[in-house]
Amino acid sequence: MATQAAKVSTRKESLRERLDAGSGLLPYFLVAPTLLVILIIAVYPIIDAIRISFTDNPLIASPAFAGLSNYGKVLGDTIFRESIGNTLIYSAISVVLETFLGLLIALLINRTFPGRGLVRTAILIPWAFPTIVSAQIWLLMYNDQTGIITSILQGLHLLAPGDILTRTNAGILTAAIITDVWKTTPFMALLLLAGLQVIPADLYEAASVDGSTRWQQFWSITMPMLKNSLLIALLFRVLDALRAFDLFFLFGGRQVQSIASYAYNNMFQGTGPDFAPGAASAIVLFLICVIVSSIFVSLMGGIARQD
Amino acid sequence: MAVQEQVVPLAKAKVRSARGVSERKENRVGLYIAVAVVVFIALAPFYWTVITSIKSAVELNASPPTIVPHTFEPGNYSSALTSVSPAFAKDLLNSTIIAICTTVLALIFGSLSAYAIARLKFRGKALTLAIVLSVNMFPLIALVGPLFVLFTNPAFRIYNTYIALIIPNLVVALPLTTWFLTSFFRDLPADLEEAARVDGASRLRTLWEVIVPLTAPGVFAAAILSFIASWNDFLFGLTLTANSDAQPVTVAIPLFNGEHQIAYGEIAAAAVIVTVPLVIMVLIFQRRIVSGLTAGAVKG
Repeated sequence: MATQAAKVSTRKESLRERLDAGSGLLPYFLVAPTLLVILIIAVYPIIDAIRISFTDNPLIASPAFAGLSNYGKVLGDTIFRESIGNTLIYSAISVVLETFLGLLIALLINRTFPGRGLVRTAILIPWAFPTIVSAQIWLLMYNDQTGIITSILQGLHLLAPGDILTRTNAGILTAAIITDVWKTTPFMALLLLAGLQVIPADLYEAASVDGSTRWQQFWSITMPMLKNSLLIALLFRVLDALRAFDLFFLFGGRQVQSIASYAYNNMFQGTGPDFAPGAASAIVLFLICVIVSSIFVSLMGGIARQD
Repeated sequence: MAVQEQVVPLAKAKVRSARGVSERKENRVGLYIAVAVVVFIALAPFYWTVITSIKSAVELNASPPTIVPHTFEPGNYSSALTSVSPAFAKDLLNSTIIAICTTVLALIFGSLSAYAIARLKFRGKALTLAIVLSVNMFPLIALVGPLFVLFTNPAFRIYNTYIALIIPNLVVALPLTTWFLTSFFRDLPADLEEAARVDGASRLRTLWEVIVPLTAPGVFAAAILSFIASWNDFLFGLTLTANSDAQPVTVAIPLFNGEHQIAYGEIAAAAVIVTVPLVIMVLIFQRRIVSGLTAGAVKG
């Protein structure tokens, strides 16, 4: 009898412990709204996009199954292959520049000096601009008549008189990269600054006492401590760059397309039969993003395990 | 013992500072030059847009372009507003309503899920976080096709309404707020929450009355970030609206190029009109945005 009671009480204990440890059902109620929204506006559309990419024309009453023909069509299209090249070049160059400059700016505004608040305000301004407006603003500077960039480049003999940067395909890509670096470096800097400010000051003090130089401190303290923030910031930026649309929409039109603007031009600017190939090209972009994310997630998983 | 310990670092510091004086002065000069360059590059394009927006047609065609405007032509603003008017003003209103609604929803849903992920233990937490974050890698261009088909379906009639943009904008804003708030909530010392729990406060009361106020800078930063992300949207607006009934102002901006090939002053004026609210917001809230991004994490 006594042993039975003891048994019951231990079982009760362990159940309560499990509930305490597991917080009961509450967490599931808390995350339910978020997961529901994501299900409706992200999971359903992406599955439907995959379905559409295997049909001949989703805009007619009874679309037929088309197998992989849409994928064959876009992958066989030189314009699509060019758009992949454009997107990769644009992403690689802009993200490398943004990370490097963002880190420099973060280190700069992490130091104390008079007017630091003003500097942070100044760099926040490009970050706050809508991308399409940034594109429009830079287009004003790239244009032939009133463009200051055109004027400067012609003055430096980098452009022939009467020529403009956005005349050639490489020029359009360069223009898009410049605009994106201008707009997005501040965000990178702020994310990295947040990472920098978490690093305890005593680490640097201890290192100074030990006589290590600033440069040594940067590599032995700052970079390892910043690794996580850096990886997260990089993941956001790489994915954003791969999905670039606004800049290519305004600068490139149909001449220089990103994967996203190629998909848009097919789905929304083409005829009915172009819709499904457009969806297929968007799914190709999705797969590229999945691969890139998996690489980053495995890198970050390694860091989480170290912690 | 304590005195002895202090002496050694002081001696070392003296040696270092003797070497460091001239070095530090040089650093100061370098620092200010670097700062000046950064500020110049950040602001020059905005300055250029503002002066272009007030130049007269004659001065706009001057080559090389003038750096300081000789003319003042406010007419660019009225024609920017009236040439596609009343649509342009209506588009501004649309953008504001859509961004505010998106932000409020993202904050409510995001703080609930962030609290669960940061402070509670439950099965499938890693999976939940993975799902929320993986939405970040979805290309919006892959979503707009099916959303367009869904929203134009006569059964829903969502196409070209505010809802057609508020819901899709959550795809960007919700992972962003969830992620930001999770890291802010996680960095809060556990004792604070435990003290509230000992006092008998429920989990939800703890969230609203202890955690959210303590992480207010973080919550505010998340709000600003999702407002700007939503205001920034162009692709959803372009594909899921048809006219100024719901069209955001970002979609109106490229229309100026087509309709007025050489009206640079007008294009610049439109760009200034769209960005001035954001610039004012940054000027007022910069301290809270930056401290939100930084202080919340420092608390941990």
